[in-house]
Amino acid sequence: MIVARTGNEAMAEAMRQINPDVVAAYPITPATEVVQLFASFVADGLVTTEFVPAESEHSALSACVGASAAGARVMTSTSSQGLALMHEILFIAAGMRLPIVICLVNRALSSPINIHCDHSDSLASRDSGWLQIFTENTQEAYDTTIMAVKMAEEIMLPAMVTTDGFIISHGMERIELIDDKKVPKWLGERKVVNNLLDIDKPITLGSLDLQDYYFEHKRQEIEAMNNCLPIIEKVQKDFGDTFGRYYPIVDEYKMDDAEVAILAMGSTGGTAKVAVERMREQGKKVGLIRCRIYRPFPKQAMLRAITKVKALGIMDRADTFSTMGGHLYNDCRSILYDADKKPLIKNYIYGLGGRDISIEEIETVFEQLLKIKNTGKVDKDIVYYGVRGE
Amino acid sequence: MKKEKKGWKEIPIGLVLDSGTSKEFETGDWRSDKPIWDEKKCTHCLICWIYCPDSAIIIKDGKVQGIDYKYCKGCGICAEECPPKIKAITMVREEK
Repeated sequence: MIVARTGNEAMAEAMRQINPDVVAAYPITPATEVVQLFASFVADGLVTTEFVPAESEHSALSACVGASAAGARVMTSTSSQGLALMHEILFIAAGMRLPIVICLVNRALSSPINIHCDHSDSLASRDSGWLQIFTENTQEAYDTTIMAVKMAEEIMLPAMVTTDGFIISHGMERIELIDDKKVPKWLGERKVVNNLLDIDKPITLGSLDLQDYYFEHKRQEIEAMNNCLPIIEKVQKDFGDTFGRYYPIVDEYKMDDAEVAILAMGSTGGTAKVAVERMREQGKKVGLIRCRIYRPFPKQAMLRAITKVKALGIMDRADTFSTMGGHLYNDCRSILYDADKKPLIKNYIYGLGGRDISIEEIETVFEQLLKIKNTGKVDKDIVYYGVRGE
Repeated sequence: MKKEKKGWKEIPIGLVLDSGTSKEFETGDWRSDKPIWDEKKCTHCLICWIYCPDSAIIIKDGKVQGIDYKYCKGCGICAEECPPKIKAITMVREEK
């Protein structure tokens, strides 16, 4: 069925079709609508979910942890300060290997207070042991929300699926919805190895784990992350085979003969694709690489993509405040250390607090990259793009 | 109680343990004061059994049998709560 939906509506529709056992949530701009709409689905009897309106995000995710440990399929949604308040529990969910899915709407972190998009919230949770998937548009957000449930449950790690605040969350697009009955059928039931409520097989969960075993449990968690990319690929292929929409680990656009490229995440991927097309019309060989699966970081696929070009502009919608540039830039510099062929790279920190990034600005980035390719020199490795006073 | 420690590939995923693992921790090791129960003075009122935080008062057929020193941490609550006119439990310094 073809419909017009905002990113938030699309994620709420996905949750309705998934019909999770438990949703515990607390509203926050710009993710409010996801659970607000879902709450109306609960009230209207369209889902059988136990809906828990919590008193904070910390409590919401804590309730999710308890429900997931009891064997339930669990989802929630949040953004920015809400995710920051969940921070403590993020690590607990991952450490207990609970496949909770968060529909995360990317929004800048305070201070200064701001409700618009950047990636500082999700990237501040980068090291929490969650799978992180950045989507470019409403259709991808909808499809990925459904896929993430399966990925998380097979990998036994929690997952966050992100959209860009307001740009995608409130932007209406044409999307194709899957038939209501087909989603639960494709997902199947959550297979639970250990169930907290199984009185015939009592277990202990979340116990104290000191010098003698903590390291072993964390090593298991690291291994789950190390081994999960093939599972993510398998789920994406299975989704494509069933519903006709295929998603890559790393999205490459016009990269076959590209001499320079931009690497970005989220909605900027869509904007950059238009810029690529405009540049191509002028005969300029430019391409786009979009990092879709961010955690685990797809080392090999990313290395294959970024070493195709002579000059690469890495666009980060957050800074690490480390004097080292943005997150993607650091990840890419790290994987390039062992590469035989390295592109010249330049980091563009852009769009903080929802500062718009236009097609023309991306074209300017491409022009700068072409100049870097021609001269063989990077004038400045980290720049703040679109800020006044530079 | 010394058990062979397992490697990360051998332990259940996600910190899942069997129930009742606290039995494996013999907290009696912690004790510096030891309760001594006097069978002759005891009226079997079971107040000590109610108060003991470690379930270390051994009961059989509603009567106190003694103290489980494997788990008794020596907190002294039983001696404190034993009725003043009875004083069936006294604390002595643990000597090793």
